[in-house]
Amino acid sequence: MTLTYFDYAASAPLKPCAREALVSTLNLVGNPSSPHTAGRHLRAIVDGARQDIMQALGGKQLVFTSGGTEANALALTGLGDIPVLVSAIEHASVLNATAHSSLIPVTEEGLVNLDHLRDALATAETPGLLSVMLVSNEVGVIQPLHEIVALARRYGWKVHTDATQALGHIPLSFEALGVDMMTISSHKCGGPVGIGALILNENIHLLPLIRGGGQEFGMRSGTLSAPLALGFAAAIRDGVREQPALGARLLAFQQKIETALPKARVFGTHAPRTSNIIGLAMPGVPADLQLMAFDLKGIAVSAGAACSSGKMKESHVLAAIYSQHFEEPGRRPSGEPDERGDLRDQGRIPMASLPPRKRGTPDPRLRGDKTRKARSIGIPPEDARCAIRVSMGWNTQAEDVDLFIQAWHDIFNKQTVNPLKEAS
Amino acid sequence: MEMRPIYLDYQATTPCDPRVLKEMLPYFTEEFGNPHSRSHAYGWRAEEAVEAARAQVAHLIHADPREVIFTSGATESNNLALKGVAHFYKDKKDHIVTCLTEHKCVLDSCRHLEQEGFKITYLPVSANGIIDLDQLKEALTDRTSLVSIMAVNNEIGVIQPLAEIGKICRARGVLFHTDAAQAVGKIPMDVESMNIDLLSLTAHKIYGPKGVGGLYVRRKPRVRLVSLIDGGGQERGMRSGTLSPPLCVGFGKACAIAGEEMAAESTRLEALRDRFYQMITEELEEVYVNGDFKQRIPGNLNISFAHVEGEGLLMGVKELALSSGSACTSASLEPSYVLRALGVEEEMAHTSLRIGFGRFTTQDEVEQAARNIIKEVKRLRDMSPLWEMSRQGIDIKSIQWAEH
Repeated sequence: MTLTYFDYAASAPLKPCAREALVSTLNLVGNPSSPHTAGRHLRAIVDGARQDIMQALGGKQLVFTSGGTEANALALTGLGDIPVLVSAIEHASVLNATAHSSLIPVTEEGLVNLDHLRDALATAETPGLLSVMLVSNEVGVIQPLHEIVALARRYGWKVHTDATQALGHIPLSFEALGVDMMTISSHKCGGPVGIGALILNENIHLLPLIRGGGQEFGMRSGTLSAPLALGFAAAIRDGVREQPALGARLLAFQQKIETALPKARVFGTHAPRTSNIIGLAMPGVPADLQLMAFDLKGIAVSAGAACSSGKMKESHVLAAIYSQHFEEPGRRPSGEPDERGDLRDQGRIPMASLPPRKRGTPDPRLRGDKTRKARSIGIPPEDARCAIRVSMGWNTQAEDVDLFIQAWHDIFNKQTVNPLKEAS
Repeated sequence: MEMRPIYLDYQATTPCDPRVLKEMLPYFTEEFGNPHSRSHAYGWRAEEAVEAARAQVAHLIHADPREVIFTSGATESNNLALKGVAHFYKDKKDHIVTCLTEHKCVLDSCRHLEQEGFKITYLPVSANGIIDLDQLKEALTDRTSLVSIMAVNNEIGVIQPLAEIGKICRARGVLFHTDAAQAVGKIPMDVESMNIDLLSLTAHKIYGPKGVGGLYVRRKPRVRLVSLIDGGGQERGMRSGTLSPPLCVGFGKACAIAGEEMAAESTRLEALRDRFYQMITEELEEVYVNGDFKQRIPGNLNISFAHVEGEGLLMGVKELALSSGSACTSASLEPSYVLRALGVEEEMAHTSLRIGFGRFTTQDEVEQAARNIIKEVKRLRDMSPLWEMSRQGIDIKSIQWAEH
């Protein structure tokens, strides 16, 4: 059975241009830090890729990392011990990057609550770093980064944005956004997995997270892979060039899916969103059941971010957006250590169970506080439990979309009329 | 046609083995799932491949697969091991022992920890590059959380007495970390018999791809770490970030090949190295091998050529890809701190070459390289007044150079 892939937001297949770039250099010998000819040749490839990416996306400096997670960790810790504000729907790599970050809530559309942000910035004792993702990895809403940056500037704050999910799906320019730091990741935009980057403006210098030989301008030590850098740059060049056409194509697919599924609830429809991600609830059918049913039909979707999808717990993003009571004691991770996940839950207590926080106080999740009052109203919490993420990309075809729509109907019809399910 | 330089820099990095490439490529293209996606077959297949690779890596160092976490390379592994252990145990223990000839990423991590208030003991090494076990014993205190001693030095190739160090550490209840980036796949490594608690390794030094490495973290008795990179909680919470299946698969295959071929390859490299050394010493006087000659990996020689200007020598043998020391620091003209730690004088340290032999080195290449080096050293010495004076029996150190 061929598989139909609707999980581009977790990892996109490698684009042919990136593959070609990667494969053409995999055989090269040498360490980009060595001064001999072989080394210098690789160094030129890495620096060429660096220039290419900055030419496509802007920025004054670029630090290659092992991926988006490391880039986020570097951005959030590299300015030293300063106040950090992050939005409640950030990726876990931002939420967990420092122990002293405070959360900015989001509106029910999933957008940063600007009033709260203004208050938080105004009441902070010293300026710090604000981190807001450009495009949500779970529902695809686009944050009003211009307004956010303007607010932050008024109070002298620096701004980082995780643009991992934006790259290739909306027009992206470091200068136009006006941020100080921007995270991008290769495998989310059709490049090879294993490399990412943090783009910086000219006056940022970060304390390294990984120390050693002093590569990457002293901000990130370690031997770089020229093939990965080259493949990454190729994917970005192609992604930027193709973005308008791809955006239009995927928008048609998105509209088709949403029109064809009147019984589905779609998240984030009242906010600007990208055309590649749909946060979709199938009323009455829990997400894990849907995932299995879709998988049996050969369709790959996910219930949220891949890194936490193994746990089958509710998304903190949807919780922050739609909130109310997510409590469902039977399904919360029980805390018994599993062989591979024993440390996994540290600092990852679902947000839905946290108490209200005074602005400016440290995030209680990081202290292990497990109760939190629910906030704001939106779609019923049942829907969030029934939410899956459908994400498309450069190689999604019209037939895939048809298969998905058909499968959705089949699963919905079967699950909602199943007498066994009623009995339970 | 331009001649490809003869590659003699196997300690800086190694070419990716075609067998490794072949194994990796499908995971760049057909098998593109995110190994952390648990909801569909793409993710499962990617995860399966990653887990199989983890088992291959673990097998090479006699570990359980659950004890190996993937990182971006040895630099990250070393940072994670040192900072992670230091921070986790800091309430009870705030002292770390390492040695002066460690890789820069270990020394830099230690300096950073010192700034945070940790105490670090930097053990000296003997003239042969090996630490003194009695000094190690004396350095340990009840506040010592970690001893970090590299298995094989990246510049001079000497092998530290790992089993003895492990024994001493275990007896004192101190964790033992070893940076084995240059050792794995070249000498047998066994975390059990050597009592190693943490071990850093990397793929690109053993004919695997760049961008992936690993850290062995012992489970029994359990070693705990504070992570460096947080996020999705992958790698048992010790290292977040999406794993790259092709890179992991390549790393696994590289480990499997290294394990199978280590014995035969060692014998072959030793013969090549001895041939090279024999040619050099037959033709040239005042040639000194840095680091213990016997207790070193077969693929390394680090040689000082007296009375030769080092940069001139490197420029003169441009058809050879080799270096005067670590790649990370090779852009600077400072003499190697490793050689300085051995007590090699500055002038001598300046004239040293690190010569690395590896899987794709042939006898012809070795002989060609030796001839080139001999020719160039002779040429430079012929031009050198210092060489002439030393030939006449003048002790150069006795000369009072006039200030000017």
